[in-house]
Amino acid sequence: MSTVPTAVDPYDITQRSNGLRRRRIVEKIFGVVAIASALLACAILVTVLATTLYKGFSQLDLTFFTKPRPLFGEKGGIADALVGSAVIVTMAMLMAIPVAILVAIYMAEYARPRVSKGLRVVLDVLNGVPAIVVGIFVFGLLVVGNGQSAIFGAFALAILMLPMVARATQEILEVVPQSLRHASLALGVSKWRTTWNVILPAAIGGILTGVVIAVARIAGETAPLLFTSSIAANQVSLDISGALPTLPVMIYENSESPDPAAQAAGWAAAVVLIGFVLVLNILAKFFAGRKRRQLEGA
Amino acid sequence: MTSTTYEPPAPETDLRRRGIRLGDVLFKGIAIVAALAATVLLGLIAWKILQLARPAIQDFGLSFIWTDAWNPVTNDYGALAFVYGTAVTSIIALVLATPLSVAIALFLTEIAPRKVAAPIATMVELLAAIPSVVLGLWGILVFGPWVRDYLEPWLQDVLGFLPMFSGTPSQAGILPAALVLTIMIIPITSAICRELFIRVPQELMDGSLALGSTRWEAIRGVLLTYAAPGIAAAVLLGLGRAFGEAIAVNQTIGNANIIPTSWFEPGNSLGSKIAAEYAGATSVEQASSILYLAAILMVISLTTNVIAQVIVVRFERARRAV
Repeated sequence: MSTVPTAVDPYDITQRSNGLRRRRIVEKIFGVVAIASALLACAILVTVLATTLYKGFSQLDLTFFTKPRPLFGEKGGIADALVGSAVIVTMAMLMAIPVAILVAIYMAEYARPRVSKGLRVVLDVLNGVPAIVVGIFVFGLLVVGNGQSAIFGAFALAILMLPMVARATQEILEVVPQSLRHASLALGVSKWRTTWNVILPAAIGGILTGVVIAVARIAGETAPLLFTSSIAANQVSLDISGALPTLPVMIYENSESPDPAAQAAGWAAAVVLIGFVLVLNILAKFFAGRKRRQLEGA
Repeated sequence: MTSTTYEPPAPETDLRRRGIRLGDVLFKGIAIVAALAATVLLGLIAWKILQLARPAIQDFGLSFIWTDAWNPVTNDYGALAFVYGTAVTSIIALVLATPLSVAIALFLTEIAPRKVAAPIATMVELLAAIPSVVLGLWGILVFGPWVRDYLEPWLQDVLGFLPMFSGTPSQAGILPAALVLTIMIIPITSAICRELFIRVPQELMDGSLALGSTRWEAIRGVLLTYAAPGIAAAVLLGLGRAFGEAIAVNQTIGNANIIPTSWFEPGNSLGSKIAAEYAGATSVEQASSILYLAAILMVISLTTNVIAQVIVVRFERARRAV
């Protein structure tokens, strides 16, 4: 340290500042970490999809869709679970969607901002109630004393669906241009007809997106069905007063089974369920794109 | 136009003149009822769960929460093993998922060109769309064995002196369950973070960059600072999801009603234990203790969610004030 260090002129931009090398390295590391994280998430998705397809696809044939689950070892299908899931999800949609859209209309068209904000919190908290707790709630409210039934299962799924659809609808209603409302009201159209004939059609793309995503989510829900519609016979049935078998519950049970044949059937059912959910999500993207174009055009 | 022949107008015309229409009143009424129903539903869930758990709460008292016991033979029950399992799996998932989610969101908003960001964002969204039961199936049959054969032996080699990395690797246990939870909450937290980062005013970032900071310095100093409360809310929402997940955890955690020292060993969580009992508990005490577990789970996740909501509301108010 005998020599005086060469003076660093802080204003001389031709000189490199001492920390620059380190700062550049940190910058590089940051970039690499960010890219690696994104790639990791994609890799996980691809791995899950690929293994599910690999393990399940080979068993998908016509009989798999037309025959119910086997009672004992013989080869069967998933017809009963498929029908049960379709019935229960349809009923849940019928219960949840009208109420959800009405809640959203109230929030966006009628309620004062404070009330609307309060309802938003209520819906978000409702959305955060664990699915298994919703299952226990319906179990305690309805199943105790009445026994399991597809209707109760649908009710539990509807509770999960309600906040999702309501929030999506409310958000889209709030971006419907104010000019549409004014134009309609100025023509002397009543408020409810304005909402029904002008606002809702303008927002339909966004509402459908919300509905489709919510359906995709509840179609794969297992927890609310365990206590409400799980103990069911292996046969195709439309009797909604009793428990119906469903795809998620079937996959859940088969995944816990040590029997390789049952596991294989579980994988095949998972292919069907994932396929359904992915198709719905792509459909949602399509509706979302349409919605954006429509509202931009408006 | 003499005032002597005054006729009161028909009631409906009167309403019409005041701008009130029957359709409007009805429609608004129905909408109010729907909004009330949603609010009442939330209250009803909370009330019903607590009411269901009441016999157990009276029987076992609050000490149930920190008692480590689950013995159907002697009718000794306590929730500690499940509270522990829930906490430890969720916290591991949180610690792993938070930096990953923030990094993914930063990549999508700050680094990747639009053409690259859009498909990757879609893929992350699709990861969230995979049903938990399918993720659990993959978790126990594919991922679990991989964790047992590769990840856990490696962890043991490197960090084996720590008690949580001791013991025999197994395909079902605390660690596989925590990792599956991590996969489940990454899309949730990263999607919220992405929304947050997009809304950070560009001029703040530009200002920092113009002062000569590198991109990372601008992100750390401006973007992350600005979005910090939002990130906290996102993390809490992810945590709430992790607390409440029953199915995927049930499939991967091994369902042992104990508090394992090692993360490799099987344990159990609140949601998982409840799910496991769906086929019917064998005694009244056991059934009511399951309901007690449900009440604990509900209180924990409602608290987490409400805190997250409060942060969101405050954050938005602060942002508007800026």
